[in-house]
Amino acid sequence: MEISRRETLALCLGAAVLTMMPFRANAAVEDAISAFTGGADVAEGGVTLTAPEIAENGNTVPIEVSAPGAVSIAVFAAGNPTPGVATFNFGPLAASQSAATRIRLAGTQDVIAVAKMADGSFAKASATVKVTIGGCGG
Amino acid sequence: MISRRDFLQVSMAASALVGASGFGNWARLAAQQSLTQDQLLEFETFGNVSLIHITDIHAQLKPIYFREPSVNIGVGANKGVVPHVTGADFRRLYGIADGSPSHYALTSDDFAALAKAYGRVGGLDRVATVINAIRADRPDAILLDGGDTWHGSYTCLKTQGQDMVNVMNALRPDAMTFHWEFTLGSDRVAELVEQLPFAALGQNIFDAEWDEPAELFPPYQMFERGGTKIAVIGQAFPYMPIANPGWMFPEYAFGIRDEHMAQMVEEVRAAGAECVVVLSHNGFDVDKKMASVVPGIDVILSGHTHDALPEPVLVGETIIVASGSNGKFVSRVDLDIRDGRMMGYRTKLIPIFSDVITPDPQITALIDEQRAPYLDEMSEVIGQTDSLLYRRGNFNGTWDDLICDALLNEREAEIALSPGVRWGPSLIPGQDITREDIFGVTSMTYGQAYRTEMAGEFLKVVLEDVADNIFNPDPYYQQGGDMVRTGGLGYRIDVSKPQGERISNMTLLKTGEPIDASRTYVVAGWASVNEGTEGPQIWDVVESHIRKLGTVTVQENTNVDVVGV
Repeated sequence: MEISRRETLALCLGAAVLTMMPFRANAAVEDAISAFTGGADVAEGGVTLTAPEIAENGNTVPIEVSAPGAVSIAVFAAGNPTPGVATFNFGPLAASQSAATRIRLAGTQDVIAVAKMADGSFAKASATVKVTIGGCGG
Repeated sequence: MISRRDFLQVSMAASALVGASGFGNWARLAAQQSLTQDQLLEFETFGNVSLIHITDIHAQLKPIYFREPSVNIGVGANKGVVPHVTGADFRRLYGIADGSPSHYALTSDDFAALAKAYGRVGGLDRVATVINAIRADRPDAILLDGGDTWHGSYTCLKTQGQDMVNVMNALRPDAMTFHWEFTLGSDRVAELVEQLPFAALGQNIFDAEWDEPAELFPPYQMFERGGTKIAVIGQAFPYMPIANPGWMFPEYAFGIRDEHMAQMVEEVRAAGAECVVVLSHNGFDVDKKMASVVPGIDVILSGHTHDALPEPVLVGETIIVASGSNGKFVSRVDLDIRDGRMMGYRTKLIPIFSDVITPDPQITALIDEQRAPYLDEMSEVIGQTDSLLYRRGNFNGTWDDLICDALLNEREAEIALSPGVRWGPSLIPGQDITREDIFGVTSMTYGQAYRTEMAGEFLKVVLEDVADNIFNPDPYYQQGGDMVRTGGLGYRIDVSKPQGERISNMTLLKTGEPIDASRTYVVAGWASVNEGTEGPQIWDVVESHIRKLGTVTVQENTNVDVVGV
């Protein structure tokens, strides 16, 4: 469903967001994660993903990932048409295994960070980021 | 109207509350049938530190009527717990006698009748008297303003907040935080903040470009009072650019940022703070969650959702104090701070009964000075009301029904939408409606009343989206307003369902036909957050409508069917 600018001129509603309904994680994200992990088990914990609960602007959502001891961290947007967002690789001389960037989200969805550790194991963290047309403040 | 002398014979309901030890005193006092300023202010000074909290004044300089909500639904873990308790259940919970002043101050039933007996509430000259009395007990009490101060009235809009800054500065606050202030635009906010002889706080106000703390708004302020060090950390409204027009303050980003809050708590503790107070505009449920997530906060002074609670709510070792809105209440919070921690507290929610509390003459003069240039134009009587006009409630209020009717008629629309904000004083049956009264429920810097077309499918998306901002079971995904008000459109809402499944049975009231997803409807509304919205100002639309009606009568609204509570 695409909504024109004219149609978004509602009360207390946010900027022209293309689609508002929550996105379901699709098969594409499972495939993308498998491609990164090679199908290995992914544990919870050991990865910190910082993202806003509600995006101020779905076109540029600040996120930060950190996973001490990781050689690589991949970020996925489960509801985007192309779920793969970025992969950060850390060399042995990296002072810290963290990175911050801004990503575009097509709608409310989970953002998933998967870290590959030095021992070859994998860990992940996820956060739901809501992309909304807005409510009304008190 | 009741005379001042008669008032002294009327029952009262306020007394010092010790710890979370239960209520009870209010009903006892009510039985004694007396209400005096001394009783309202009565407080056995406790500990070594006093906080005074006022929040969400919405520029109400003068006494007003303000009806609390009859419908305030909580979801998830907050189902059925305060502040999501109203009416007789609320009175039973706190032991408040029916018909008592606290019934009138804190609940909504029989509001019009009780308003005639107990009179108006608020007025910053009365608030000044209360603050002075607390300062007489405790000269170094810390006065904290929770924000939504520079918005909500005719004079505030015309002076772009200057009237409120002038009057509040005379009350000598120690710090404030923010929400609607930002709708004055970031340049004006900066100009006003620079006039403040106190701290403008916001640990979650960030520079949008660099995602770093904004320089103009320090995260906290340290106070040395009562032989101890107290840190006050500010928390501005987290969802400003979503609930309000972000284009008016593009330099700033907000968010809850509880990790940063936790860092600030650690930082102030390391700097020697023995007591950590958060001056918050999060809203009550968000504050409860934050208290459970961020360790080390002693007191949260909660604003935004306009809840007035006679006792603090305890989450772990954090007390959360909710002090109402529109100048109707002031909270006094006395703390015993020793050996690096909060050993005890005593609080009192002081209702500002305008006919009982003597106004401070200097502040009265200052308020009248702010109003004088606008008095003639805002005092003009536009019509009368036969009905109680109020706004608060999750789904509708009679003020919004009237505004929606104005939009349908004046803008020739099939459907009207009015924002679910929580500010705006009430009018009781028999009152004149002045221009000032209309501005009290409409004034804002983006009040253009648009007229547009929306497909039925999009209307459903709008209702679902706004509903999720209120009824998402996780408070961090809530924005703290009420449901968008609809005119010409009925619907059923199941608040227990997830987003996308809450709204059903959407009906075009004019024809009684179901809303067709593919048909377009002519929709009028106001308060769009989009830049460049065109249309007449909403207050002009409402004024024109009321003039034609002469006397306003608003029927009970049965167009929203609420289930799943």
